[in-house]
Amino acid sequence: MMHWIILPIVLPAIVAPIIVLATRRDIELARVFSLASTAALLALAIALMALASEGRIETYAVGNWPAPFGIALVLDRLSALMLVLTAALALAVLLYASNGWDTRGRHFHALYQFQLMGINGAFLTGDFFNLFVFFEVLLIASYGLMVHGGGAKRVRAGVQYVIINLVGSSLFLIAVGLIYSVTGTLNMADLAVRVPEVVAGDRALLHTGALLLLLVFAVKAALVPMHFWLPGTYANAPAPVAALFAIMTKVGTYCIIRLYTLAFGEGAGASAWLAAPWLMPAALVTLTLGMLGVLAAERLRQMVSFAVIGSIGTVLIAVALFTPQAMSAALYYLVHSTLTAGALFLIADLVAERRPGYGDLITVAPRFAQIGLVGALFFLGAIAMAGMPPLSGFVGKLLILDSARDVLGRTLIWSVILTTSLLAIIGFARCGSTLFWKSAALAGAIEIAPPRRAALPVVAAGSLIAGTILLTVFAGPVTRYLDDTAAQLFAPTGYIDAVLGAERGNE
Amino acid sequence: MEFLVASAVGLLTAAGVFLLLRARTFPVVLGLTLLSYAINVFLFSMGRLAVNLPPVINDLNKGYTDPLPQALVLTAIVISFGMTAVIVVMALRAYLESGSDHVDAMPERRSGGKDGQ
Repeated sequence: MMHWIILPIVLPAIVAPIIVLATRRDIELARVFSLASTAALLALAIALMALASEGRIETYAVGNWPAPFGIALVLDRLSALMLVLTAALALAVLLYASNGWDTRGRHFHALYQFQLMGINGAFLTGDFFNLFVFFEVLLIASYGLMVHGGGAKRVRAGVQYVIINLVGSSLFLIAVGLIYSVTGTLNMADLAVRVPEVVAGDRALLHTGALLLLLVFAVKAALVPMHFWLPGTYANAPAPVAALFAIMTKVGTYCIIRLYTLAFGEGAGASAWLAAPWLMPAALVTLTLGMLGVLAAERLRQMVSFAVIGSIGTVLIAVALFTPQAMSAALYYLVHSTLTAGALFLIADLVAERRPGYGDLITVAPRFAQIGLVGALFFLGAIAMAGMPPLSGFVGKLLILDSARDVLGRTLIWSVILTTSLLAIIGFARCGSTLFWKSAALAGAIEIAPPRRAALPVVAAGSLIAGTILLTVFAGPVTRYLDDTAAQLFAPTGYIDAVLGAERGNE
Repeated sequence: MEFLVASAVGLLTAAGVFLLLRARTFPVVLGLTLLSYAINVFLFSMGRLAVNLPPVINDLNKGYTDPLPQALVLTAIVISFGMTAVIVVMALRAYLESGSDHVDAMPERRSGGKDGQ
C-alpha cells in the first residue's frame, strides 16, 4: 500500500493547525509555511500524476480497513489531474494573496490550507459519505475565506452562500440515504457493482437518489437553474479567494464525471447513462445564460463570474455526450477554464486596486499605473476565455465541437457554442476597450502609493496566463494524457478491481 | 411505526422548506435546522426500522439493526450543529454590519407590500 496517496490530505491538515498555533502573530512566517506547504503539494501532485499516468489505479485503505467496509482513497488519472490543477492554481493564488490580502482578516493561511485539504480529499476519496465529509471541510473553510476581510456586502453574500450550500448538503444526505437504502453500500466501486443488480421495484428509489446527487453536484458546479449563488458569491468574495473558487465549481463537475461514468455508465444495466438526458439541456442553457451575463455585467468581477458559469456549461455539454473523445475534450476545457478564470479574477483585482474610487466597475477612468501591462494580461485572459485563437480556449472549443460531430442534436450544440463564443468576444472586447483604451481620452492619471512588492501580484496573475499558454503549446502531450484518462473512465472495471480486488484476493 | 416516522419526516421537511423561503435570516436558520432534523430521522430510517434489536450480528438474536446509518446520523448531527452555529454568527454579523436582516438585501427597493415576505 502506497502511503503517498493520503499525503495531499494530511499535509495541509498538519500545516493548518501549525499556522494557527505557532505563527499567528507573525504573518511572514505564516506565509512561509503556507507557501511551502502549497509548493510541496504541487510537487507531490506532479509525482502522483507521473505515477498515475502509467495507467495503474492506486488505492489506499484508510486505517487498513479493506473496501468496501473502510474508506478507500483512489488515485487514477482523473484524480491526479485534478490534484495537479488544484495545487498549481492554489500556489499562484497564494502568491497573489501574500502581498497584503492575507492581512485584511485573520487566519487566512490556515483556512486556505483547510480548503486545500477538503478539495484534495474530495478528489481522492472513493466513498460517498467520505465525499460528503470532505465537501463539508472545503465548504466550512470556504465560508471563512468568503467573508475574509468583512464588509456588509461581503458578509451578506456570504450568508446566502452558506445557506445555499447547507441546503445542498441536506440534499446530499437524502441522496446518500436513498442510495444506501437500496444498494447497502457507500463505496463508489461497490456501488458500481451493485447498481445493475438492483431489483426493478427499487430502481425508482435508486434513480431518485442518483438524480438528487446530480442536483447537489449541479449546485456546486453552478449549473442552471442552480447557478444563482455564483455571481453574488464570486463577485463579493476577496479576489484571491474568488480565484481559488474557480476550482470549486470543478469539484462539482469532477463528481458528476466520476459518479455517472463509474456507477451509472455503460455497465449499469437499466440505469445506464442516467444523467445524460438531464445534463445536456441544463448545460446548453447554462452556457447561454452565462455568456449573456458576460454581456450584461456592470463590474469586471461579475463578468468573470458569468464567464465561469458559461465555461461550466461548455464543459458539461461535452461531459453529457458521454463518449471518450468528448470526455477528453471536456477535461481539456476544464483545465483551461480553471486557469483562465483564476487569472481573470486576479487581473480584475489588479485593475480595482489601481483605480481607487472606480474599483472594477466597467467605466471609463483616467489612466492608472501599469495600464499597459495589466491591459496585456487582461487581453490574453480574455482571448483565452472567449475561445479565440491562438490560446487554449480555442483548442478546447475545437476539441469539443469535433467530439460533437456525429451526435444527435449536433446543429444545436454547435450553434449554441459558436453563438455564445461571439457573445463572450463582444462582452470582453467592450469591457477591455472601456477599461484600458478609452482612458486615454481622459486627461490626467490616477496616482496611488506604490504597493510594497509591486511585481509579485503581476507575476502571480501572469503565471496563470502562462499556464494557459503552456496548455496551448503542449496541447499534444496533454490531450494524449487526457485521452488515456477518458479511456480509463469509460472502462470502470479497472477502477472497481483496483478498489475491491485486494479485498477479494484476501478471502 | 412506519407511518409515524414517515409523516414526521414529511412534516419537518415541509415546515423546513417553508421557513427556508422566508425573507429574513432568522426563519431561514430555523428552516435549516428543521430540515436537518428531518434528514437525521430520514437517514436513521434508511437502515430499516427495527425495535429491540442489537446492532451486531450474532447467534443469540434473530435479527439485527443496521449500525451504519446510525454512525452516519451521528456525523450528520455534528456537522449540522456546527453549521448552524456558523450561519447564526454570520447572519448576526450581516445584521450588525448592514442594519437589516433580509437574506436578499436591498429592502429599500421594496415599495409597500407586506414586510418580511
